[in-house]
Amino acid sequence: MFVRIPFAAIIGICFTLSFFLIALFAPLIAPYGYDEVVSNGFWEPATSEFLLGTDGIGRDLLSRMIYGLRTTIWIATLATILSFTTGSVLGFLAAVMGGWIDQALSRFVDLLMSIPSLIFALVILSITPITILILILVMGLLDATRVYRLARAVAVDINVMDYVEAAKLRGENRWWIIFREILPNALSPLVAEMGLRFIFAVLFISTLSFLGLGIQPPQADLGGIVKENAEGLTYGIGAALYPAITIAILAISVNLVADWILSRTTSLKGGRG
Amino acid sequence: MGSIASVLAQRIALGLLLLFLVSLLIFVGTILLPGDVAQQILGQSATPEALANLREELGVNRPPVERYLDWLGGLLTGDLGTALTSGQDINEAIGRRLANTLFLAFWAAIIAVPLAIFLGLLAVRYRDRWPDKSISATTLTTISMPEFVIGYILMFILGVKLNWFSPTAVGYRPDADLLTRLDSIAIPILVLTLVVLAHMMRMTRAAILNVMQSAYIETAELKGLTRFAVISRHAFPNSISPVINVIMLNLAYLVVGVVVVEVVFVYPGMGQYLVDHVTKRDIPVVQACGMIFATIYIGLNLIADLVSILANPRLRHPR
Repeated sequence: MFVRIPFAAIIGICFTLSFFLIALFAPLIAPYGYDEVVSNGFWEPATSEFLLGTDGIGRDLLSRMIYGLRTTIWIATLATILSFTTGSVLGFLAAVMGGWIDQALSRFVDLLMSIPSLIFALVILSITPITILILILVMGLLDATRVYRLARAVAVDINVMDYVEAAKLRGENRWWIIFREILPNALSPLVAEMGLRFIFAVLFISTLSFLGLGIQPPQADLGGIVKENAEGLTYGIGAALYPAITIAILAISVNLVADWILSRTTSLKGGRG
Repeated sequence: MGSIASVLAQRIALGLLLLFLVSLLIFVGTILLPGDVAQQILGQSATPEALANLREELGVNRPPVERYLDWLGGLLTGDLGTALTSGQDINEAIGRRLANTLFLAFWAAIIAVPLAIFLGLLAVRYRDRWPDKSISATTLTTISMPEFVIGYILMFILGVKLNWFSPTAVGYRPDADLLTRLDSIAIPILVLTLVVLAHMMRMTRAAILNVMQSAYIETAELKGLTRFAVISRHAFPNSISPVINVIMLNLAYLVVGVVVVEVVFVYPGMGQYLVDHVTKRDIPVVQACGMIFATIYIGLNLIADLVSILANPRLRHPR
């Protein structure tokens, strides 16, 4: 079967793939170390030696961005996996079990979603130590609420299908029904949603780091690198714009891919945003 | 009529219940998490006396229920307590900053709302042609950018390179005249406008398309009504409710955007106050700010809910 892929989706796929490859092979690609001070000057313009110039304390900006991209993608991927497994398993469970379990889970999710995620994350981070593990947990679990809603909505529809009824009458247990009957049929809307959740995680971790509440220096993700170099902007030095634009390009490319997958699975509309 | 009033009252009561639960969530979130709070705040090198003092001040030794009731009582009587780090009265600090934040959000909304509705209508009118396509491409781009990215790009181009407006809001004084105040927040307003515009346009477009594609519009067209009559008699009344819904949801979204934008432009508002005190681990301030943001957010969502009930008779009779 030959599928015609729209131009925008091809661009999206190419960029997304190259971002992931760069992230994967960061130590091989980056010319210098991520916190290696290579020059005495600060915010030097681009030269053949330092392709994007140096940052505020004389580190190679390009190398730092390559490692930053790696950190951003790594954390966003783990957070997405966490939000997906928790969200979809709980969502399916709520749909299959029904009754008070469904009510309790759904009302709790309603409660969590009634506060903006960023505000809630800030409240939690004011008291926990800020480590990568905690960041992933906070982002993943806050985002799991949206996956939960989608997974539950999809599973409620599937749960009344004849083949599920048949499986129940055969006497299969709940986990069989969740993993062997519902999961395969709910997969396509969930995969489309996965791209959107990944973007959300990228934007979330970038924003947290930008606010100084994400990855702590000397390590940095893209948002953190924007923060480090933001001061230069008022003096007319555009170093902070490179990582900023990289975040935007990463998010847009994944969005193009997600949009394409979403338009191919329009029969089930996922909750956006 | 009695039924409408009772449905509305029910919704408001639900909103209040939600607020109560949120206060519980925020309180529990800052209390029951693992680890010694005092140690977290003061760091590893703190002396035992300092730790003991801070624990006393935080009231860690008292039972949580009692502390929660104290805190809730303070909230209800409008007493937010004092900041740990500066010993300042939180009410006073927030009062000033809340006014600044609302000023910023107000101007962003004044520009964004009519523009979004206009562009949304334009997208519907020229559906699948270039105005619609370019609008959705722009939407996709701005949705994919975090607020601070848009903020810095505009700051660099408009503020630093072209020097049209003041690049940061450092010089913002609430008592200056309106024009000076607007100049120092012109770029933040623009950023916030762009951020909510995308969502609002997309949702307005979807809401109006939904109405335009319904059967009664087709009937109206088929029975030979003029285009104007179709829109004013049938399409417009039915799209008020979804559009107002869209506006309210996006104003709620604005509340979050404000936090980041204030930090980018060093604007003395609530968002910057919150982020500052999260870094300093000043829990009473974080709780108070978190609660205020949550209240505004829930309030706007509640208004969206109430408006749709008022405008749509079908929602007045819950299943």
